[in-house]
Order: sequence, then C-alpha cells, then structure tokens
Amino acid sequence: MQIKPILSALRRHKAGTFLIAAQIALTLAIVCNALFIIQQRVAHLSEPTGIDEPNIFVIKSEWVGAPAPDQADAQMRADLQALRQLPGVQDATPSNSYPLRGDGWDDAVRLKPDQAQDSSGSTIYFADEHFIDTLGLKLIAGRNFRAEEVGHMDMRYKLAPPLVMITKALAERLFPGDTAVGKTIYLIGGPATVVGVVEMLQAQSVEHWASDFAYRAVIIPERLNVSLGTFYIVRARPGQLDAAMQAAAKALFAQNPRRVINDDDGVLSFSEVRSRAYERDRGMAILMGVICVVLLAITAAGIVGLTSFWVGQRRKQIGVRRALGATQLDVLRYFMTENLLISCGGVLMGAVLAIAINLWMVTRFEMHRLSLMYLIVGVVLLLLLGQGAVLAPALRASRVPPVEATRSV
Amino acid sequence: MFAYYLQLGLRSLRKNPLLTLLMVLAIGCGVAASMTTYSVFRATSNNPIPQKSSQLFVPQIDNWGPDASQDNKGEPPNAMTYTDAINLMRDKRATRQTALFPAAVSIVPADPQMLPFRETSYAWYADAFAMFDIPFLYGHGWTADEDASHAAVAVIGKKLNEKLFNGANSVGRNINLNGRDYRIIGVANTWNPEPVFYDVINTNGFDDPIEVFMPFTRAVELQTTTNGNNNCSKDPGKGWDAWIGSECVWLGFWAELPSKEKADAYRQYLNGYAAEQQRSGRFRWAPNTRLRNVTEWLEYQKVVPQEAKVSLLVSLGFLLICLVNTVGLLLAKFMKRSSEIGVRRALGAPRKEIYLQFLIEAAAIGLAGGVVGLILTGLGVMGISLVFEPDIAKLATLDVSLVLLTMLLAVLSTVLAAFYPTWRAAQVQPAWQLKSN
Repeated sequence: MQIKPILSALRRHKAGTFLIAAQIALTLAIVCNALFIIQQRVAHLSEPTGIDEPNIFVIKSEWVGAPAPDQADAQMRADLQALRQLPGVQDATPSNSYPLRGDGWDDAVRLKPDQAQDSSGSTIYFADEHFIDTLGLKLIAGRNFRAEEVGHMDMRYKLAPPLVMITKALAERLFPGDTAVGKTIYLIGGPATVVGVVEMLQAQSVEHWASDFAYRAVIIPERLNVSLGTFYIVRARPGQLDAAMQAAAKALFAQNPRRVINDDDGVLSFSEVRSRAYERDRGMAILMGVICVVLLAITAAGIVGLTSFWVGQRRKQIGVRRALGATQLDVLRYFMTENLLISCGGVLMGAVLAIAINLWMVTRFEMHRLSLMYLIVGVVLLLLLGQGAVLAPALRASRVPPVEATRSV
Repeated sequence: MFAYYLQLGLRSLRKNPLLTLLMVLAIGCGVAASMTTYSVFRATSNNPIPQKSSQLFVPQIDNWGPDASQDNKGEPPNAMTYTDAINLMRDKRATRQTALFPAAVSIVPADPQMLPFRETSYAWYADAFAMFDIPFLYGHGWTADEDASHAAVAVIGKKLNEKLFNGANSVGRNINLNGRDYRIIGVANTWNPEPVFYDVINTNGFDDPIEVFMPFTRAVELQTTTNGNNNCSKDPGKGWDAWIGSECVWLGFWAELPSKEKADAYRQYLNGYAAEQQRSGRFRWAPNTRLRNVTEWLEYQKVVPQEAKVSLLVSLGFLLICLVNTVGLLLAKFMKRSSEIGVRRALGAPRKEIYLQFLIEAAAIGLAGGVVGLILTGLGVMGISLVFEPDIAKLATLDVSLVLLTMLLAVLSTVLAAFYPTWRAAQVQPAWQLKSN
C-alpha cells in the first residue's frame, strides 16, 4: 500500500482530518483517565474488611437521657445477654465502632512513652471477649481476652488498658520481623501489653485521610460507656440474617423500651454498611463507565459521518481508480489506511494529553499516576474503534462501480 | 428572512435525517452530562447565606503548637477548646458571637405510647438566631440574660413542632429533652442552609436541618455530650471537668463582624489573646490564629466533594468532544451543499446572507439538541442518587435556571461549533460550482 497518495489526499482535507484526529485525541485522553478512575474506585471498594460480612449486622442503640456510665454498662450487659439468647444469633459484642462505619476513635500508637513522632495511626475498637468470635476474625498469634479481663470505661476516662490485641498489619509496622505478643505499646493514656494478633481487620474509615493506617487497629478489652449509646455487632447463624435482625431489635425493646433505634439506620446488615461506605466510589465508577461508553459511541459515529461524506465527495475519483484497474480490496484498503493514519496522529496527541491531564489531576485531586497499561489499552481501543467505524463507509466506497468515472462530466 | 432561513434549515435537516440525528444526540448527551454534574456542583458550592457570607467569621486559635500543626500545613485546629470559646464569649469583641456544638439530646414525648427519638440538636448562644438570620414561625429566640441564667428554654423547628404539636403554636409549652423539661419560647421556620456552613466539621457540609436549639450554658451545665467530633492532642484526664478544662477541641465558634475594620480589629484581638495565653504560659509558641469568613471557611474545609469537581471536569471534556464532533459533521453537511451555495451566491446573495442562513440552521440543531439534553438532564438528575450519597443527591434539582442554562448552553455551543463550517461555506466560489455541474 502506498502511503504517499493518501497523505497528499489528506492535505486537501486539512480541516476534516484535523477534526477526526482531535476527536480521537480528546476521547483517548478522557477515556484513559476515566478507565483509570474506575479501576481505582473498584479496587478501593473491593478491599476486604476481614470479617464474616454475610452474617453480620449492626445495631445502633441510643440511650434516652444521659445515663451514668455504670447505669449504661449494666444496660449493655443486659442487652448483650438478651441478644445472645436469641435462637438465630450466634454471638454478639458491644463496640464503639466497626469497619466501614466512617468515623470513630482513632489514636496514635507509640513504642516509647516519650516518643515525639508517632509510630503509627490506628483505629481503636472497644470490645469484649466475644469480639473475635462475633466478627469471625482469625487469631494468628497469642490469645483472646478472657472474660475477667474485660472492663468498662467512660468516654472521659484515660485510654490505658493493661492489655490489647492488635492486627497483623499494625504488628508488622511496629515490630517488623519480630513477634508482637508480649510487647508493650503506648496509647494516649499509657502502656498496654499485646496479648494477641488477629490476621485482618479493616479500619472504620476508608477515606483518603485514613489510608495511612487502613488495616492497623487496636482492640481494647473494655465496654465503652458513652452517654449517647452504643453499637452492638451481631453475628447471625448462617442463613438466618433477616430473621435475626428483626428479632434483635424486638428483643432490645423488650429488654428496655427507653432507647432509640432509628428506623433508617438503627439496624443495618453489613451489606448495607458496605454499600453506604462506598456509595461515592461506586457512583463515580458508574458515572465514568457511562461517560466512556457514550463517548466512544459518539466518536465512532463522528468517524462514520465524516468518512461517509468523503466517500460521497470522491465517488468520481474512486470510479477513475477502479476503471484504471484498482480492485475493490484496494479501495477498501485505501480508506482503512487513511483512517489508521489519522487515528495514529490522534492517539499520539491523545497520549500526551492523557498524561498531562493525569498529572494535573494528581496535583489537584487525590489521584494516582496513570499506569502505562491504561494508555496502551486506550490506544488499542481507539485504533480498533476507528477501524471498525470506517469499515461501513469504506465498504460502500469499494462498491463504487468503475463506470462512475464516466458520469456527469 | 429569518423564518425563510429557518424553513430552509429544517428542510435540509430533514434531507439528511441520520446525520442530523447524530448531531442532535451528540449535543444532547454532551449538554446533559455537563448539566447533570453541574447541578451537583452548584448545590455543593452554593453560598448558604449570601447576605452575610462576608460578615460571619470562624476564628481559629492554635492551642496545640507547631508539633501538631505541622502535620496540617501549619493550620490551627479546626475546632475550639471550651477554655478559648468561653474566653472569647466573655470578651465579646464581635458585634455578635456564639460558641456551638451538636448536643446529644433525645426527645421524650409526653405521650407514653410514643418511643423516644432523636433530632438534630444544637446548643448555642442567644446571638446565634440573629447572626444566622433564623426565621421564626412563633415566638422568638432566647436572650443573653437567659444565657447567663442557664435557663431551661428551647427553640424547636417547624418539623418537630408538627410532629409533637400538630403545627399549633407551642410557645409556652414544655418539651422533654434527656428527661428534663424545657419551656419552648420559639418555633423556628424552615431554616436549611446548604451546605450546612455553621457546622462543617461534624456534618461534612450536608445534614438534616436543626430541630432543637438549646442554650449552650445550660447544655454544658448538664454535661451534655457533643454528638460531634472531639480531638485531643494529649490525654485530657479523667472526668467531665478535666475534659472541659483540657486542650481537646470540640466547639464551633462564629463571630459577626459587619465591616472590614471590625474584622481587622478582631484579627488583632485574636493575636493579642494568643499572645496573652503565651505570656501566661499556656501556649509555648507564638500566636497562630486565623479568621475566615463563610466562603473562605467552606473553601478551606473542601465542602465541595472531589467527585463533584472531577465529574464536572470530565463532563465538560465530554461536551468539548461532542462539539468537535459537531464541527466535523456540520462541515460535511454544509460542504455537501456547495452547489446550492454557489447558486445562491450567483443570484446575488452576499456572504452575510450565507452566514445568517447556516448559523440559523445550526441554531435549530442546537435547539433540538437542547430539548434532547433537557430530557437527558432530567433523567440524569433523577439518577444522580446512584452517584452521590442521598444527603448530596437530594440537593441536585432541575429548576427553571437549570432548564434555561441547558437550552442556552446547547444553542450557544452549537452556534459556536458552526462558525468554522459556516465560514467555509461562505468561501464557496460561485463560478466554480456552476461550472462543474
């Protein structure tokens, strides 16, 4: 195939050529970045919590008035007993928070009491001896809390438990290559001994600001008595989630009706917790997906439109070529190559633009650097799209009969 | 002439229905994507209190020192300690001022059949009602004297008033909050600034309107916990009094400073206050204070979600591509009619008339694109809850201004896109066209 005649023909259609190339360039730049955003969001929302999600639900029980800590604690113990007695419930635990909740208690962990720089941030989960079993966590070193070690504390009390459990991610951060069990860590209120390490437990916030300590958590053997209320994390027996959720709220009101369990978010299955936590990520992925698809369709349609116009314009020239001996395949190849040349110019501009846009977004928004993979995928996608779009008009061109050369002059 | 050109335009559009449809759809999609994302952006970047946004200020005082603030680009904490808030309230250097926090309050209905429930509740000072221009349905806010005497009074919102008193004038009646009776002295009319500028820290800018307002002094006396964030740089110690006296930050603070002179004076006062704290040994660092008005505060707190900005930008890019597409298709369409142009020019039509004819034709396409765009924008706004959380999604609405903007954007951008093809059409040499056919 000779490229030179194609180039000299294109020189006579500068505007059209430039418009198609520009459209391909812009489309590539946007599609690459959109695909990259989709991948990042989907990766983010696929991060595991480390808990037995299908069987877990969470109850937010708010107290009426502001009960004294001892009073709140007695109520919490009574509530937990009521919950654990339900037939559909495997276990239940009180906590101040749970993974994906959004906010809660975060704290700095240090290795020495007078250390200026924190060793790590961490999520603080208050728990009792049922915490591990309820969440379905895997203990990989040390032991669980014993019932007699679980105390209770007031929100305004020092955070200084004698012993704690931590996650593997935190253990690896604090004691790389060493065993964590038996070591001492310093929380805001004082020292604590690590008695156990759990394999995985995600932080309560999955926002960008908390990504530094995403899987680093400290589990405190205390029931936290807040005058606001408490969370109960409940694990239903397999297949009994819905029944257990209904029974649980009823059992709590039967225990004591002076409480608030909101209709809309008082009892949430973990799948609802997950979908709420990742609402924006999922939405962003959907939006970018829709935009990508529509954009590619519009670009393809634009190529079809302009190429059809060119074919119409050049019917006579095609006829002449055919009359002079060019085969149908030659004509088809001519238009395909022409599109490929324009597309190549377009994707070249587009690649530069895509990287520029990404770099700008990295500085303005919390984005990562575009990986080259996406650029390559985008380039291939657009070249194929161009070839696909040009096929129909090119086929029509190839069917122009040689006799066209003799007409209308 | 105009009508004639429009007629010509419509006829030409009908002649090439597929190409026309393509252009109309492309413009419609581009405009709809931009408008849908713009509706979210507009809602989240809205000025919640335009008449006063440059007069209401948030003071910030660095009570944690450079060790803590260096993690935050040298900015002081976002909230205030009880100590500083009370000192600022005592000094009264602003025209009006209030400390505030979301109080953890449950409402116990008089009817024992009804379960207790919660509503968004805030504890603040008497000045806040006038500061924030809160409209009243019945009664009024409390006074500074009632602040001073820790009076058991409350103002409730319209929705709560309907729930508890069926909308009747409830001034003078009692409401039970956390097991204690409060005399209702006012019923506020709907007050729902968006974003929730008065407490961005605890709401991220979007929340249900306040239904219970109670005096700050009374709430603190009863040791009412905050429903919002509490940040401590070190252990506050045990118990309520230790917490209140600690360096933990948990309060919002607003000052009304109607003129630039007043704002400057307040800035000086804040620095003077911090210097005084330094002299007394509480701060071991030079004064580090800020004073931001509503607009600056919302900007600083990044209330507009990143997603809103990114998707608006991507949509605008989308619209740009649609326009490039339209330029190409219009070019093809107009050039196809070279011979028609040649004939018109040969019969004496000046270039100006050719411009007019083709721009009107483009405007007709833009108008059709606008209608399609409007329908798609309507669908988009309905579907926005798939993308943004309910608190934000409900703010995005298709109102008159958005409808007008959609149509305007569609027509303007299409006409803009038509300039180059029209120019090319006007350059057609009549002799050439007449000769070759």
